[in-house]
Parts: sequence; structure tokens; C-alpha cells
Amino acid sequence: MSEERTNTNQLINQSTIYQILENVTDPEIPVISVTDLGIVRDVLITDDFVEVIITPTYSGCPAMLEIEKDIHNALKKEGIDHFKITTVLSPAWTTEWMTEEGKQKLKAYGIAPPNPTNPEDIECPQCGSKNTQLLSEFGSTACKSLFKCNDCLEPFDYFKCH
Amino acid sequence: MKDQNLYNYVLQHADSSLILGQRLAEWCGHGPILEQDIAMSNISLDLIGQCRMWYQYAAEIQDEGKSEDEIVAFRDAWDYRNVQLVEQPNGDFAQTIFRQFLFDTYSVHFYEMLINSKDERLAAIAGKSHKEALYHVKWSGDWVIRLGDGTEESHDRMKAAIDELWSYSGELTKPNETETKAFEEGYGVNLAALKEKRDAKIREILTEATLEVPESTYTHEGGKDGRHTEHLGYILSDLQFLQRAYPGQEW
Ligand SMILES: [Zn+2]
Repeated sequence: MSEERTNTNQLINQSTIYQILENVTDPEIPVISVTDLGIVRDVLITDDFVEVIITPTYSGCPAMLEIEKDIHNALKKEGIDHFKITTVLSPAWTTEWMTEEGKQKLKAYGIAPPNPTNPEDIECPQCGSKNTQLLSEFGSTACKSLFKCNDCLEPFDYFKCH
Repeated sequence: MKDQNLYNYVLQHADSSLILGQRLAEWCGHGPILEQDIAMSNISLDLIGQCRMWYQYAAEIQDEGKSEDEIVAFRDAWDYRNVQLVEQPNGDFAQTIFRQFLFDTYSVHFYEMLINSKDERLAAIAGKSHKEALYHVKWSGDWVIRLGDGTEESHDRMKAAIDELWSYSGELTKPNETETKAFEEGYGVNLAALKEKRDAKIREILTEATLEVPESTYTHEGGKDGRHTEHLGYILSDLQFLQRAYPGQEW
């Protein structure tokens, strides 16, 4: 047990916690982490206590409960015992908080990342064509809508702006 | 209880979101096409997510150690404060769309205005829900246009849906005592101002859909004070079954 970090041995700082969180992924989009998504709003450390502040993506997102459990388990696994996870509603989550790296990961995974500058102009993640069309505003999960590429004819998910 | 009026105000909105979410969930697996089945399930999830934020706040205001689940599962119909519109049956797809449209045109403006509530918690719930309501009203509005300005049959069905539901529209913007007091105290929304915005939106969409805005201003009311149509009891018997049979289950 000597290698295990504990909250009291002063090794815990914000960046240690962030490193742990970077490995906690979205259960529905396993390539993207909770830090990539921008739902980790802050990590507060006072003495030997860690507080992770998160905000929900969509109010009805069933993944949020899983995410909270996953964060809980990841911290425990790294020997962090004294912590709490606080959910805040305000300010409301926006896809603008998604990291550039997160957007690249989405694209590589086959999901078109949110495009706030031109939501009409969505690039096919398969072939890169911009000749695409919206099939449905609502997709397989609350955060996605369904598109079709008119060139390679593949359907794809678009992570919509929020 | 710290503030009975605030509690009632919160409960009203929680209940309307829950019951409409439950109604939409009845479509799951029965939608006319797969994409729209998914859309209705998504909107249902949003509404149920929103109602949870409201119920959690209600439980805190009530301060009797009850959970959000207990508030939902162990009240009878006369203690529910949802508007009568949301308990109306799904009917055909046109009727579901029009019920949704009447609700969405209300909720999108309601949340937009509630963001300025002096109650920080209400403002936070509104900020979160408003983004979702924008998607909802776009969806239901697009379908009103598509069906109204579609085939002869889809037009007739939209018209029938309007005839069926119009008299449940006004309750949303007609303040009861709770809402009047909430507005006076600075945490509630001004329903007169909301009504103007909503009426304009309804007129705009119905006109584009080649449908007429009914002239009648008669409205059923009382849902917000616990008076309901017969439908609510049936919804609750389904919705509450699990908790009543096996108390203490969690979401
Ligand atoms: Zn393509």
C-alpha cells in the first residue's frame, strides 16, 4: 500500500486530480473524457479534501449518473478517499466548453463535432464532404442529431451545439 | 415549510414537465417513423430531466426529508398541479404534435423570462432548460407546418387536433393566485407579457401552416390548483405503480 497516494501525503494537487479525470470517459461516447467534454467545472482542494464540481450536459442525460459513478470509482482507485462530487446547474453547460482535442477525437470516432460558427455547414466525418443534410434534429442520444452525407451516402451523428 | 407559495409554484412546473414527459414516453416504440420515435423519446427525457431539477428544489423547500421520488409517487391526482393540457391523450401524431406545440411555445418563453428570476435556483433551472426548449419548439413548430401545409389528410388531422386541444391552451398563460404572487414577489414570470410573445409565435406558425388560429378564448382551467380531467388518474396509476408496490426505489 506504500505506493498508494492518500489525501494527506501532500501529493494531491489540482493537476493530479485532472490527470485522473482525463481518463474518465463518457459512457456513451467512450473516446471522449469528462474533461474534453467540459463538464468538469472546477477542482477544489482544501487540506486533505477534494471537491470535484461538474455540470450536466442535458438535464435528462442518463449518462450523467454513470459519469458521476465513474468519477467516484476513478478517484477511489487512485487512493483518493476524501472527496465529494458536486453538481452545479449554473452557468449552463455549453458545447463551447468542449476542448479542441475533444472535437478531434469525436471526428476520428465518426461523430461530427459541434460547429458553432456555421451550424448549417456540417462536414461528413467519413469523407470530409460538406454536401450533407440533416435527417433529424434528434439522434441516438440527447446531444446528437442525425445527418446524411450526400457524397459518400453514409449516415452520421452530429454533436449538436448547445 | 419555508415558503408555501414558492413550493406551489415549483410544483406546478415540475408536474407539467413530468406528465408531458410521461405522455410522450407512451410513444416510445410506436412512433410513425424511427427518427420521430427517437425525437419524442429525447424530448420526453429532457422533460423528465427538467422535472427532476424542479422536484429536487421542491423537496428542499418543503424540508420534510422527502425525496423527489416520494413527491412524485405518493401524491394523488388532486395534489398534482400540472396544467390540464399535458394530461390529454396522445391521440394521433397530429394531436401529440399540437399538444407539444402549445406547451413548447409556452415553455420556451417561460424559461427565457425565468432566467431573470431573483431566485437564483429558478434562474439556474431556467438557463439549463431554455436551451432544450428551443430545440423542442423548433421540432413541434416544424411539424405543425409540415402537417398543416402537407397533404389534404395531414391538414385535416392538424385541424382536428387544434379543435380538440385549443380550449386547453389558455390555462398556461392565465395566472392563478400562486403565479400572481410569484410575479409580485419577483421570482415568477409575468404571464401577461409571456402571453403576448406566445400568441405571436402561435399565429406565425399556424399561418405558415395554412391553418387558422381559432377565435375562441374559452379555456379549461384548474389543473394548476389540482382540478383535473379524468385522464390524470390513469396516468398516475401507471406512473406510480412501482413506488406504490415497492416503496423506496430510486431513479
Ligand atoms: Zn461523406
